[in-house]
Amino acid sequence: MSEKTYIDALAEALREEFDRDENVFMMGEDIGIYGGAFGVTKGMYPKYKDKLLDTPISEASIVGAGVGCALVGMRPIVEIMFSDFMMDAMEWIVNQAAKLRYMTGGQLKVPMVIRAPMGCGTGAAAQHSQSLPALFAHIPGLKVVMPATPYDVKGMLKAAVRDDNPVIFFEHKLLYWTKGDVPEGDYTVPIGKAAVKREGKDITIIAGSIMVPRSMGAAEKLKEYGIDAEVIDIRSLVPMDVETIVESVSKTGKAIIVEDDNKNNGWGSEVVSKLIESDAFDYLDEPIKRLAGKDIPIPYAPELERAAVPQIEDIIEGVKEIFDKR
Amino acid sequence: MELSKEKMLWMYQKMVEIRKFELKVDELFKKNMIWGTCHLYIGEEATAVGACAALNRDDYITSTHRGHGHCIAKGAEMKRMMAELLGRETGYCKGRGGSMHIVDVSTGNLGANGVVAGGIPIATGAALASKRRGDGKVTICFFGDGAGNEGAFHESLNMAGIWKLPIVYLCENNLYGMSNPVKNSTAVEDIAVRGQAYNIPGVIVDGNDVLAVYETVKEAVGRARRGEGATLIESKTYRWMGHSKSDPRAYRTREEEQEWKERDPIKLFASQLMDRNIATEDELKKIDEQVDEEIEEAYEFAVNSPKARVEDITEYVYA
Repeated sequence: MSEKTYIDALAEALREEFDRDENVFMMGEDIGIYGGAFGVTKGMYPKYKDKLLDTPISEASIVGAGVGCALVGMRPIVEIMFSDFMMDAMEWIVNQAAKLRYMTGGQLKVPMVIRAPMGCGTGAAAQHSQSLPALFAHIPGLKVVMPATPYDVKGMLKAAVRDDNPVIFFEHKLLYWTKGDVPEGDYTVPIGKAAVKREGKDITIIAGSIMVPRSMGAAEKLKEYGIDAEVIDIRSLVPMDVETIVESVSKTGKAIIVEDDNKNNGWGSEVVSKLIESDAFDYLDEPIKRLAGKDIPIPYAPELERAAVPQIEDIIEGVKEIFDKR
Repeated sequence: MELSKEKMLWMYQKMVEIRKFELKVDELFKKNMIWGTCHLYIGEEATAVGACAALNRDDYITSTHRGHGHCIAKGAEMKRMMAELLGRETGYCKGRGGSMHIVDVSTGNLGANGVVAGGIPIATGAALASKRRGDGKVTICFFGDGAGNEGAFHESLNMAGIWKLPIVYLCENNLYGMSNPVKNSTAVEDIAVRGQAYNIPGVIVDGNDVLAVYETVKEAVGRARRGEGATLIESKTYRWMGHSKSDPRAYRTREEEQEWKERDPIKLFASQLMDRNIATEDELKKIDEQVDEEIEEAYEFAVNSPKARVEDITEYVYA
């Protein structure tokens, strides 16, 4: 076990999967000698030249070719430089990758991972900053994950590569340089399992991706107000680990959901729906609250960009409001 | 290489199978026994058969919404195709796909596709996998004239060009994208010339002459297998029926249809076989009758198969 950055843990997972299975390789724009737009494959090129395929700027055919490779038994990892650019490839994600297994009565499978850096906080404005997990979580046939820690990103990338389904793998750009303990060698973190990242008894904060460290920060601060918050990292939107969330909310009786996506029809709505359809409903002693991005394209100016999505202080405030009401 | 008699009779039989299968499908549609929509391949049989005759069983194809012909030519069982069209549990896709999504992995058919150009990047990926693995397989990517105007066509041909992929892009130019004539939709007269933009040879072939298609595709498959890269073939042909079952064909004349029907690819091949003393009229007639029986068996199998099971409706979403 040693402390590593998220980006190093991710790179380690890639190298280990390349070494483990000859069918695993990665294709994408500028991932070779350049090392990827965010440096995920930096320095890998000399040793893994054969595993890193630089493609033309053709997102639709990059993903479509990934589907073709997967259909004939390879396990491609596709890097889309910014998740916003997945819009160019929607046909091959939504109409092809997601549907091929079902449409063919189980004859085909698409073991493909699409890695996509997402999120705001870098000043790149609306077309390079959107967080879209909810959009893909609506599509049957896709799995959608968004690991938040170095430990999870390594284990979940490995699990995604070994999964027989198309997995959309969202990496928030601001997580790349965060640090955490990462074991050496092989381990997987199962897709479809949430994690209790902090135990508490007063309220359940359900967060995903970048909102996990922010919620952890908020939870520490909330101690000063006498509030002991439990933080659940949802990790995987599809499949969603409803059991862990229901169990926690049944214990605390209060829930707040913190999303990096914009709010309208976001994944938090699905969590709310699952909660009120479950036994946890009987234990709720306050309405469920949602904090999410504003329903706007991500703006450029730093003050605007910061205000577009929940920050630590917003989470603290949001939780306090629930308790102040009483 | 001269084709054997056996192979040529196989080609003739496959063409007749496609024709009679489609006629049966048309009949069942009119009886409301087939649900949804359906795009018939009648008139284009020489292209699918000539092309697939140049492949090995484990080579790959991707197909289109007008895919029954490719499927039969690659070796699929008509009874399981018919069962799929009738929405039966015994169909290739257990009733989940229907006409536009028939796949037969066992014959290397990676699938028909409901979306125009949907199969082009997928075929390109299959060829990329073959190149990476060095498995010696070749992929034929069937698509129509309309798909040549989709962005993915251009992206994928560029990829095949830079990576010298073992693939044959086979454009079935049947002159109309649904109702729109190619001359109104496409800035070039011959789609084959678009290969030039991606450093891929572009070849035009008479799509109603099965031997010409075979020879042209065979050469392209040879190039691909030798590691010399992709070829774009434009097969000029014609669909006799409407685009789909609801098409009254107001955009073309009955005279034009008649002219093309006079170049019936099956009759053309039959006379070639007889003129060259490869087969007698009786031999061909025997094949026709044998196919009639196969079609009837396929229909009987399908209609007597259990319907798709509603209790399993959520099966096969995930692997």
